[in-house]
Amino acid sequence: MSLLSRPAGNKKVPIPVPEEKLKEGTPKEQVFVASQWQLMWWRFRKHHLAILGTSLIAVFYLLAIFCEFLSPYDPNAFERRYTFVPPQAIHFFHEGVWEGPFIYGLERARDPETYLITYQPDTEVRYPVEFFVQGDSYKMWGLLESSRHLFGLSSDVNARGLRIYLLGTDRLGRDMFSRVLYGARISLSIGLIGVFLSFVIGIFMGGISGYFGGMPDLIIQRIIEFLRSIPTIPLWMGLSAALPRDWSSLQRYFAIVLLLSLIGWTGLARVVRGRFLAVREEDYVTAALLQNASEARIILRHMLPSFFSYIIASLTLAIPGMILGETSLSFLGLGLRPPIISWGVLLQEAQNLQTVALAPWLLIPAIFVVIAILSFNFMGDGLRDAADPYKR
Amino acid sequence: MAEPNGNVILEVQDLKKHFPIKRGFLNKVVGQVKAVDGVSFQVPTGTTLGLVGESGCGKTTTSRCILRAISPTGGKVLFHDEKLGVVDVVTADKATLRQLRLNMQLIFQDPFSSLNPRMTLLDIVGEPLIINRVARGRAVEERVAELLARVGLRPEYMRRYPHAFSGGQRQRIGIARALALNPRLVVADEPVSALDVSIQAQTLNLLQDLQAEFNLSYIFVAHDLSVVQHISDNVAVMYVGRLVEYATNEELFFNPKHPYTEALLSSVRRPDPLSKRERIVLEGDVPDPSHPPTGCYFHPRCRYAKDICQSETPPLLEVSPGHMAACHFATELTLQGVG
Repeated sequence: MSLLSRPAGNKKVPIPVPEEKLKEGTPKEQVFVASQWQLMWWRFRKHHLAILGTSLIAVFYLLAIFCEFLSPYDPNAFERRYTFVPPQAIHFFHEGVWEGPFIYGLERARDPETYLITYQPDTEVRYPVEFFVQGDSYKMWGLLESSRHLFGLSSDVNARGLRIYLLGTDRLGRDMFSRVLYGARISLSIGLIGVFLSFVIGIFMGGISGYFGGMPDLIIQRIIEFLRSIPTIPLWMGLSAALPRDWSSLQRYFAIVLLLSLIGWTGLARVVRGRFLAVREEDYVTAALLQNASEARIILRHMLPSFFSYIIASLTLAIPGMILGETSLSFLGLGLRPPIISWGVLLQEAQNLQTVALAPWLLIPAIFVVIAILSFNFMGDGLRDAADPYKR
Repeated sequence: MAEPNGNVILEVQDLKKHFPIKRGFLNKVVGQVKAVDGVSFQVPTGTTLGLVGESGCGKTTTSRCILRAISPTGGKVLFHDEKLGVVDVVTADKATLRQLRLNMQLIFQDPFSSLNPRMTLLDIVGEPLIINRVARGRAVEERVAELLARVGLRPEYMRRYPHAFSGGQRQRIGIARALALNPRLVVADEPVSALDVSIQAQTLNLLQDLQAEFNLSYIFVAHDLSVVQHISDNVAVMYVGRLVEYATNEELFFNPKHPYTEALLSSVRRPDPLSKRERIVLEGDVPDPSHPPTGCYFHPRCRYAKDICQSETPPLLEVSPGHMAACHFATELTLQGVG
């Protein structure tokens, strides 16, 4: 991945000089007075896959944040007449004539041999896709009550029981598109919150380990080795099996996050410790010491800034692990459970032969997982390469 | 060594730094690396002491111990402070040490690692002023501009980051930072060995100018003898953590009394193709300071070695006034200097 994403020879350029800047009157002055973050940005910008990944992540988080508004339906509303509907296409031209976005009606039929219900587009009827339509009411972030959705069918069509299913429906006739969006909120936030918790534990333990060394270092390193030697899935299984069954879904959500970060901090602690050990040997730290700088000043002003970018890069690279952890736990039925919707929960529901054979669109959440993970990895890759613009 | 008098700024007495070697799960101490093992010398005010030796001989450790950037295992480092009187740096408490550090500063070898790349020149050179409450706000900028100008950099550069500068310029920044607090003693740890030859000369001249202007005393650590000859008043030669010879510049270079010094001097390149001087090539490597040889540490590589050198450690004795050497045969041998 990183091999593909690195432009040839990028490593050899110590300080990236933006070409357009060089053409201007005061060519290099801009580089000379550029701060660490400016230099990092110039280098990060050159990493096209990282930029792509970052944009995708931004889109994903926007989708997750505004999922109530963006999804056309309540993710838990079911429609018994429309189970296992395949994804519907949005059309713009009817018989070669521009009509604007619309969908064809659905013709429901039963296969005379297998008795399976099949759906065919009914090209006789067309329903226009409208924007800012009234639909199921929701509470945005649990606060703002509204019933307006970004897109959908007009309310009179809605009233006749017709629906638009961009990604099809599941066995209860729930709209997969809405469910994927709501699932993004849970899955992506677990990554962020989990990494934040790991970060707090990791920077604390790693900081103690790296700065003080000696006995505390020895003890913390042995703990980390112990935690890392346990296979993660059985450990997660054991811990999540210990969660009380009668916990509410919210409690369960936080318990899972905590559980993931209790294991996830070890990697970050190692990064922090390693950076501390490396930076402690830098001459400028000795220089600060000899100028009577206090310990707090040395850590905050000299040491932290020099490895903060590394920490951000490792944090980014740790998020996919968290997302995958949640997904695998939920997939195994040990993490989150319905009625919470996460990508793992959606995949768990798709976990049978019938789905794979007859309703493969139920596996679409897996594509979202893959895209999210790849995007985070690309972004993390770019950040890691840009993390130390002073590397010689 | 000469009697301590009022004109001495620093006396080092029997300085020791032993690093423990730890092994195994419980970090048991299995040995000692005697990086510095009983070094004594004095620095008269306003002079330069050159400290020379091969790499790994403990020069840098000595310089760090003098400033207590690392804590010595034993010995005394007596600093003659104008306000505090004679203070032992090794045992000084925190408050005293803070006071002392206003008067002694360090110039680093590596001009890249010694400047924080994430700070502008203003922050780097101004930091000691701010930390020690010497100046604030505008006054910091003025003082930094003054310092930069003094070391030959344009004051307009103070908003730039170190990556805008070459090695020689960076070393000047390091010198400006060391001078920010008006120290009296500057320990320069191989300040020119990372620079090009032409830049070396500029930097040495700058250091000499500054010495004359501010009456600085230098401890100048180097492995390049021609540099040391150029800048030093007195020279101390170290070998495996110990001093083997100490003399004035002229004495040491023209009349060495220790075979190791002779060998070092023979390696100095002379710009004279007709010179018939014999080049003494030392065999073997510098001994491992955790397992030094018995007797005189230099005997396995010494071409004058006799039986006694294997069994007895020669003390550092005065051979002639002001000239000390640690060799059993210091008075008997006729050694070749650079003359």
